[in-house]
Amino acid sequence: MRHDHLLSAGQLTREDIEAVLDRAADFADDPGLVGDRHADRLLALCFFEPSTRTKMSFDTAMKRIGGDTVDMGSVESSSVKKGESLADTVRVIEGYADGIVLRHPSEGAAKLASQFVDVPVVNAGDGAGQHPSQTLLDLYTIRERAGLDDLTIGIMGDLKYGRTVHSLASALTNFDARMHFISPESLRLPRGVQFDLHDAGARLREHTDLDEVLGELDVLYVTRIQRERFPDENEYQQVAGEYQIDAETLERARDDLTVMHPLPRVDEIAPDVDATDHAAYFAQAHNGVPVRMALLDELLREDGGDDR
Amino acid sequence: MSDPERELRVSKIRNGTVIDHITGGQALNVLAILGIGGDEGMGVSIGMNVPSDKLGTKDVVKVEDRELSQGEVDVLSLLAPEATVNIVREFEVVEKKRVERPERVVGLLTCPNHNCITNQDEPVESAFEVVDDGVRCEFCGEIVREDIGDHLAVH
Ligand SMILES: [Zn+2]
Repeated sequence: MRHDHLLSAGQLTREDIEAVLDRAADFADDPGLVGDRHADRLLALCFFEPSTRTKMSFDTAMKRIGGDTVDMGSVESSSVKKGESLADTVRVIEGYADGIVLRHPSEGAAKLASQFVDVPVVNAGDGAGQHPSQTLLDLYTIRERAGLDDLTIGIMGDLKYGRTVHSLASALTNFDARMHFISPESLRLPRGVQFDLHDAGARLREHTDLDEVLGELDVLYVTRIQRERFPDENEYQQVAGEYQIDAETLERARDDLTVMHPLPRVDEIAPDVDATDHAAYFAQAHNGVPVRMALLDELLREDGGDDR
Repeated sequence: MSDPERELRVSKIRNGTVIDHITGGQALNVLAILGIGGDEGMGVSIGMNVPSDKLGTKDVVKVEDRELSQGEVDVLSLLAPEATVNIVREFEVVEKKRVERPERVVGLLTCPNHNCITNQDEPVESAFEVVDDGVRCEFCGEIVREDIGDHLAVH
């Protein structure tokens, strides 16, 4: 992979993905592998909306590859609150750090940031847009559990605003994957995402009912349906229950079904699933560190990345 | 078009640009896309919904003392794919330009996604990729197919 920035999953080829995942597997086996290549290098963590996990995951990964991080802190306590533009903020931070990890509530924020700075920008979630580093760890988990070829995957929940879903679906077009999207009508995939999937020749179907496809799936990727997306509570209550799973639901699934979730979950996966062999979501979260180590190692190296 | 009464509605110009065969009702959007608001001082004549053999009804716009560039002409294609553009000097048509769909349009349209970063007071111009049957925001991926004229950025 030789990209300046990681803005969306659509920019990743199969080769890029496999290189990062292979490297991540090496780091998972031997975290000391990278040596001190990134000593004295700083990664700026710019989180314009809270995300303890993703931030800690990047923080840990950067420190594990020998570098360090600087943290913008919460938006409430920063100058951003005073109305400074994102473009100005990142231009200032560029002077402090060798790379920027950006989480922002607006779609396209990382793309905009990338146009104003020369250091690599990693999109750690832009509104309802994209979350490509999450996708890399999702793919790592899928590869370990089910393989990435001849894969039948169900993606369920809030597909409209779910940035992890948009990135994952886009990346899966590189592989031999049959995708089933399961959601309420009002939370279907946005047409921009559909456009890309069709453009890439993806095999996909949409459903409102999990039972239509549950028995065929290798992987079920569950996301949260957010209460605040619904104008009235009744409407939310009507759909939400349809998209919650428990151990009983999974009795209708294949024995080797893998259940994933980008976390945090609320009530879409009942705790009784945790103890089953289906549950992969905590392992999935742990995989974030080696995957982000591999990603940062690649993006931050100064030698053009050809000495592997 | 041979009816002299109809011809009179939009009089000949000495120097400037005649945009003909605009999709009926789109003339004001065409002016907007060209950034012509009428207060620049040049003469502007508009014929709307005039009968046309080719389009049923069409709009015609004549702008005096301004010659459109090819880039300006190309963005017209998003609103008026059938438009023809004639550059006039001393009452003679000296050049006919054909509209071609551009690959991208920058700074001309506003993204309909309110949560798009281009709508957040950032120092950046909107940018849209032209796709098969519409345009697509290069920042958030939103696709605009119908009524592109409704999304013209205010000049
Ligand atoms: Zn947009």
